[in-house]
Amino acid sequence: MKRTGDSLLLILGILATWQVLYWVAGDIALTSPASTAVHLWKLLGTARFWENAAETARAFTFAVGISLVGGVALGVMLGVNRTSGVVSEPILIAFYSLPKVTLYPLVLLCFGLGMSAKVAFGAMHGLIPVTIFTMKAIMQIKPVLWRTAHAMRLTARQSALTIALPAVLPEVIAGARLGFSLTLLGVLIGEMFASQRGLGFMIMSAMGLGDIATIMAIAVFLSAFAIAANALLLWLNRAVPR
Amino acid sequence: MNRQILSREGWIRLAVIVAFTAAFEALCRFGFIPSTVVLPPTDMAASLWHILRTGEYNKDIISTISNVVASALISVTLGFVLGVILHTMPRLRATIEPLLASYYAVPTFIFYPVFIVVFGVSSRAIIAIAVLLSVVAMIESTLVGLDRIPRVLHKTAAIYRMSTPARAVLIDFPAAAPRLFTGIKLAFAYAFIGVIASEFILSAQGIGYAIAYAYNNFDNRNMYGLMLLVILLATSANTALDTIDRHMQSRVRVTR
Amino acid sequence: MTEPESIHARLTGVTRVFELSSGATLRALGPIDLDIRRGEFFGVVGPSGCGKSTLLDILAGLSRPTEGSVLFEDKPIKGVPDGVGVVFQEDASFAWLTVQDNVAFGLRRAGFDAAEIERRVEYAVGFMGLRDFANAYPSQLSGGMRQRVCIARTLVLRPRLILLDEPFGALDQQTRLLMGEELLRLWRETGATVMLITHALDEAAMLSDRVGVMSARPGRFIDFIETAWPRERDSRIISDPRFGAITSRLWDNLRVESLKTMGTTIQKASP
Repeated sequence: MKRTGDSLLLILGILATWQVLYWVAGDIALTSPASTAVHLWKLLGTARFWENAAETARAFTFAVGISLVGGVALGVMLGVNRTSGVVSEPILIAFYSLPKVTLYPLVLLCFGLGMSAKVAFGAMHGLIPVTIFTMKAIMQIKPVLWRTAHAMRLTARQSALTIALPAVLPEVIAGARLGFSLTLLGVLIGEMFASQRGLGFMIMSAMGLGDIATIMAIAVFLSAFAIAANALLLWLNRAVPR
Repeated sequence: MNRQILSREGWIRLAVIVAFTAAFEALCRFGFIPSTVVLPPTDMAASLWHILRTGEYNKDIISTISNVVASALISVTLGFVLGVILHTMPRLRATIEPLLASYYAVPTFIFYPVFIVVFGVSSRAIIAIAVLLSVVAMIESTLVGLDRIPRVLHKTAAIYRMSTPARAVLIDFPAAAPRLFTGIKLAFAYAFIGVIASEFILSAQGIGYAIAYAYNNFDNRNMYGLMLLVILLATSANTALDTIDRHMQSRVRVTR
Repeated sequence: MTEPESIHARLTGVTRVFELSSGATLRALGPIDLDIRRGEFFGVVGPSGCGKSTLLDILAGLSRPTEGSVLFEDKPIKGVPDGVGVVFQEDASFAWLTVQDNVAFGLRRAGFDAAEIERRVEYAVGFMGLRDFANAYPSQLSGGMRQRVCIARTLVLRPRLILLDEPFGALDQQTRLLMGEELLRLWRETGATVMLITHALDEAAMLSDRVGVMSARPGRFIDFIETAWPRERDSRIISDPRFGAITSRLWDNLRVESLKTMGTTIQKASP
C-alpha cells in the first residue's frame, strides 16, 4: 500500500517540478506537462510520427537482437576459459567507457547511410554490457558445478543448456537490461547524427524549427517507453530464481 | 605485492592488442580494406602526431577538455551534495529511489536539443547535458558510500563524543571515500561521453565537432587522427581513475 | 555491605523496550538491577538475543533506557560519560589510518600535546604487541591484530571503566586465551573497572572476579557468581579445581535459559 502511494507521490513530484521549471524558464525552454501531453496526443494521431517510430523500432529490434545473441555468445566464448576472461575484461571495459559516438563515421563509411548503419550503432552500444555480464557470470560459476557435469558425463551442449544457462540467467538478464537501454540510446544518437528517418531525426528537425513542444513530446514518449521496458526486465530479473 | 611490471594475463592482453592491430594494419596495407573507408593504424598515428605537432586543432582539444573537466566537477559536487541531503532524509530518498534506479534506462541524451534551444549552440548546452548524464552516478555512489559506513564507526564516534560535523569530516568522509571515488570515476566517464556526443551531434567546436566536420568534408586523415586522439584520451583517463579506484578499494577493511 | 564510594556504576530498574516498524513493542532488556564495583573484573554471560549488547550500550551512554536510572561514579549519565572506554564486537579500526594514527586518534581529538600523545601511543602500541606494525594499515592485519588496535586505542585515554562486547568473538580458542591474559594484564596495570560480555563460559570464569548470568530475553540477571580468584592470575587458572565448579554452575543456569531461547524458535517452526 505504501509502495503505490509513494510511486504516485513520485510521479506527482516529477510533474510538479516540471510545472515549476516551466513557470521559471518560460515557453522558449520547456512546454508545460499539460501542453506536452496534448501535443503528444496530437502527434500520436499523425502518420508521420508512426512512420518514424516504426523506423526506429525496426532498427532497435535488430540491434537488440544482435546485442543479445552476439553478446551472450561472445560472453560464453570468452568466459569458459578463465584466462581469456581475465585478459578480455579490461579491454571490454575500456570499450564500454569509450564515447562510441566517435566511431560512428567509421560505421557510416562501412555501411553507408541507412538502416544497417543504425543497427550497427545500436549493436555497438548494447553488445558490450551483455558480453561483460555474461562473461563474468560464466566465470563465476562455481567449479563444483562443472565437476558435477563432468561426473554425470554430460556433453558440452548438455552442460551448457542444463547447468551453465540456468546458473548465469539472472546475470545475463541484468546485462540484457543494460544492453537494452544502451542499444536504444545508440540507435537514437545515430538517428540524431545522420539519418533522414526515425524519432531521433524527428527530434533534430524539430530542434531546427525551434519546436520545443515536439522535442519534449517525443522525449517523454521515449522516456516512458524506456522506463516501462526497464521495469518489465526488472520484474523478469526478479522472477528468475537465483 | 606483485613486483612484476605486468601479470601473465597482462602480457597476453598486450600481445592480443598488438596482434589485432598488426592484423588490421596488414588488411589495410594489402588492400583488403579500402583506404576510403579506414586508414591503417600507422597512418592514423601519423595523422595524430601531425595534428599535435602543428597544433591546428588545439582550440578544439582545449574546448573539449575544459568542457569535460567542468562537467565532471559540477556533477561530482552537485551529486555529492544531493546524495548527502538525500541520505539525511530517508523518506524522501525512498520515494525518489525508483527514479534513480531507472534513470540510466532513459536515453537522457535526447534532451540535448532542449538545451540547444535554451542556451543556443554553446558550451553551456554541452555542459548541461553532460552533467545531466553523469550526476546520478555520483548521487548513487554517495548514497551507497554513506550507507556502507559500518555502524560500529558511528558508535565509536559517539564514544569519543564527537559532534555531527566532526564525525562527518573525520570519520564518515574517509570511511566513504573509496565509494565516493568510484562515483567520481563513473561521473568522469559519463561526462566524457556526454561532451563528445554533444559536440558530435551539434556544436561549434570541440574534438567531436572536428571529427564530424572532417567526416562531412571527406577528410579521412584528420578524422581518423582525431578519433585516435579521443580513444587514447578516454582510455588513459579512465584507466588512470580506475587504477586509483582499485588502490582505494584495497585499503578498505577485509570483512571477517 | 559495600560502601557507596566503591560502587562504580549502578543500574536500577533499567529496561529497554524497542518499537518495531509493525507497531508492536519488543522488550529487549530488563528490569536490570546491577552494581558494578570499582576495580572489579565483571563478566556477563547469557543466551543469544538476551540483550547483553543493549546492556552495554546503556551503560556506555549510547542508548537511553526506557525505564530506570543509570549512575556512573554516583552521577546520572547524560550521553557518553567521560572516563568510559568501549571495545566493540565488530572491528572499529579506521581503515584509512595507520595503526599508530588509529591509536592516537582519541588523544588528538582531546587536545593532548604532541609529546604526551607520542608517549602514550608508544606505550599502548608496545603493550598490545603492535610495535612492528605501527605503520601498517588495518587491512594488512589479521582480525585479532585489529582488535588489539581497538583495545590500544581505548587504552590510551585511560578510561576508568572499560566495556568490552565479545571482543574476541571471531578468534580461535588459543588466541582467545592469550588475548584474555593480555586483558588481565591491562586490567591490573590500569586499575580500571572492566565489564566483559562473552558467550564463552570458560572465558568468563577465567577472567572475572564476578560473573553475572542473564536470562533469555528480556534479559535479567538471574545469578551472580563470585570466583574469588587472586588478582595475579592468568589462563592457567583453568586447571584450578574450583574452575570446573564455576563453569558447571554457569552452564546449569545458562543451559535452561538457552533452551528457552531455542525453544521459541522450535515452536515457531512447527505448524
